[in-house]
Amino acid sequence: MERHFERELEELKERLLWMGSLAERAVHQAVQGLLGADEAVARRVLEEEAAINEMQIEIDDRVVRLLALQQLMAADLRFVLAVSRINADLERIGDQGVNIAESALRLVRHPQVKPYVDLPRLGELAEEMVRDALNAVVRRDLELAKNVLARDDQVDNLRDQIFRELLTYMMENSSVVFSAFELILVAKNLERIGDHATNIAEDVIYIVAGRDVRHPALDRR
Amino acid sequence: MATSEATAKNRLIEAVESRRGKFSPAADVTGPVKLRADNLRAWYGESQALEGITLSILDRRITAVIGPSGCGKTTFIRCMNRMHEFVPGARVAGQVFLDSEDIYAPGVNPVRVRQRVGMVFQKANPFPTMSIRDNVLAGFRLQRLPISDGDALVEKALRQAALWEEVRDVLDRPGTSLSGGQQQRLCIARALALEPEVLLMDEPASALDPASTAKIEELMFELKKEYTILIVTHNMQQAARVSDFTAFLLTGALVEFSPTAKLFTTPADPRTEAYITGRFG
Amino acid sequence: MSLGIASSAPPSPRSQPALREGTGLSGERAFQALCLLAMMIPLLLLAVLLVDVVHDAWPRLTWTFLTSYPSRVPAQAGILSALVGSAYMMVLTALMAIPLGVGAAVYLEEYATPSRLTYLIELNISNLAGVPSIIYGLLGLELFVRVMEWGRSLLAGAATMALLLLPMVIMASREALRTVPHPLREAGYALGADRWQMLRRVVLPMSLPGILTGIILSLARAIGETAPLITIGALTYVAFLPDSLMSPFTVLPIQIFNWVSRPQVAFHHNAAAGIVVLLVLMLLLNGAAIWLRVKLQRRIV
Repeated sequence: MERHFERELEELKERLLWMGSLAERAVHQAVQGLLGADEAVARRVLEEEAAINEMQIEIDDRVVRLLALQQLMAADLRFVLAVSRINADLERIGDQGVNIAESALRLVRHPQVKPYVDLPRLGELAEEMVRDALNAVVRRDLELAKNVLARDDQVDNLRDQIFRELLTYMMENSSVVFSAFELILVAKNLERIGDHATNIAEDVIYIVAGRDVRHPALDRR
Repeated sequence: MATSEATAKNRLIEAVESRRGKFSPAADVTGPVKLRADNLRAWYGESQALEGITLSILDRRITAVIGPSGCGKTTFIRCMNRMHEFVPGARVAGQVFLDSEDIYAPGVNPVRVRQRVGMVFQKANPFPTMSIRDNVLAGFRLQRLPISDGDALVEKALRQAALWEEVRDVLDRPGTSLSGGQQQRLCIARALALEPEVLLMDEPASALDPASTAKIEELMFELKKEYTILIVTHNMQQAARVSDFTAFLLTGALVEFSPTAKLFTTPADPRTEAYITGRFG
Repeated sequence: MSLGIASSAPPSPRSQPALREGTGLSGERAFQALCLLAMMIPLLLLAVLLVDVVHDAWPRLTWTFLTSYPSRVPAQAGILSALVGSAYMMVLTALMAIPLGVGAAVYLEEYATPSRLTYLIELNISNLAGVPSIIYGLLGLELFVRVMEWGRSLLAGAATMALLLLPMVIMASREALRTVPHPLREAGYALGADRWQMLRRVVLPMSLPGILTGIILSLARAIGETAPLITIGALTYVAFLPDSLMSPFTVLPIQIFNWVSRPQVAFHHNAAAGIVVLLVLMLLLNGAAIWLRVKLQRRIV
């Protein structure tokens, strides 16, 4: 017998996934706008931010309602709590996307510092992590989630590499400081996006396996 | 990787576009009023059980009445179909409007009121001397109404009460041969057979096990499409799960009446908050 | 795994009764034996009585005994007229007592509003059930035989017996009506019934077993009543069958009494046979009451 609240859970999931798609798109378009110096694309990211924020509020509202009105247990309870966390992460991803877009808009008037090699790679990595994390949510895929977790180190390393490279550039040529600095910020944003995707993956593990893997260093035996 | 990029991009756009506009609004909290109590007061002899309750029950919604024992919620629901007056020494003042007619106006026949406002009680009370079939049709016989197609009527009512599949082959067994949950659904079918406009439910599941309770709750969601439902329950969680609106009564007075989502998350009155957080009552 | 909580010494035991004591005799057993004795004595007496009567009656328990009229010759005397008289009497009494009794009970239980008057009536009905039956006989004599001028007839006898049974029937019916639980009445009202429909379709069908049982038990008692019928003038020697409501009659107890008062020992055997017949009839009626109650009760579980 399908219970009434199961529909509500479905609706919650639908909205979360929609928000996820919006966040994914924000990242993609922000990176495109940056790499291709495309002002129009970058602006679109800023316009679509409102939709992400609205949905965050709606999802949180629904989470509160579900928790108050339905006595959710076990997997349902974990799911709703995790949705609440994923919601926050998605909104932050959206914000990071906006930050990148704003950097792109500022960079449009400046010549490119150097050919973009690592930055596109970082952008791709970050995007893939977000996409895979969301897929893991949809498919409740434990393996995929763990896979996302494993890539976090890659992202951190790439960001460090970009930092070092751009720092060297800035030290050698003071006229590119402004652009290089913006690019460092973008790299930081992308790394943060990776972190948020990692959080989402951890939440998936919580939903599916009931284990809280957020801080493995803590021995909770 | 232009192609894979393009495919990924297209997938993204598709995902976003396909869901846009599919999101329906939250539960509807406006609509026509079906039952309205206006300064309703009630007494048992000298002691006053209800103090000036004014409250509107919307059509085709589920409204729950909660409150600690003795708060008057059962008295209130019995005033809605003029059952309160059966208690010796009972008295009612104020008005109760069904659509736009006051059921307590002089000259109103209480039997007619009960034909439009049906009731289901806490303990299932099918008539033991009647078969399942006869129980469903009992309302007609008791009111001396003609029955045009008994079998169809019985089937329809039992389907509405989600009991048809379980009893379709044993309609001639006595009404009391069913389990508790089934008996309660039989009583619901009995009430629905008369096609009332409003269904009053006085703690309908308090005597049932969780599985039967769940069935009755799901049933209520179905019934809500056609009937206005007013349910009294001492189980707040049930009120939270099931109702669109909730009224909180305390010692005969209405403390708060709001959409359920609001009452259970951000109640306006501190007494409501104290009650639903379990700090008293 | 130490939890770090200082553990205290186990609490000192309260004085608990030892598990094996207390199974001995004394008060409990003696009381049980006393009660058993109290039960056995009447049963034994009853058994002795039955054995004695059946022994006395044995030679006379024949088909001809049941189908002959009384006569001055003991060997030829039979109880036909008494048996038939009793039968007619019971039927007529039932016809009169049932509508009046059940109707009164329904009124008192369902329609009357509780007041001082109804309380007084209730009180008096239960008192009336205990009034000695000869008083009813005197009442019947005055009212039915003389005032109504029905004479010493079947009708007068039945009317008197109906009066006698009325309190019992009313009380049994009221009890039966009370067993219909309140929630069922509420269900009826909630379905839009008025009082009469409720009674007809819900209350009466449910209380029927109790009412019927009450009626049958009253009749079982009435079969053995002698004093009121003697008072209104039932005959002691009847060698014909009553042919109309106004005709004279006799009943089993009176016939038995008549035979017992004769000096000839042979008539005493007849009396014993009559007693056996009466006992069998009462057993049958009581049995019917029980059977009926069980059968109808099953419907109502």
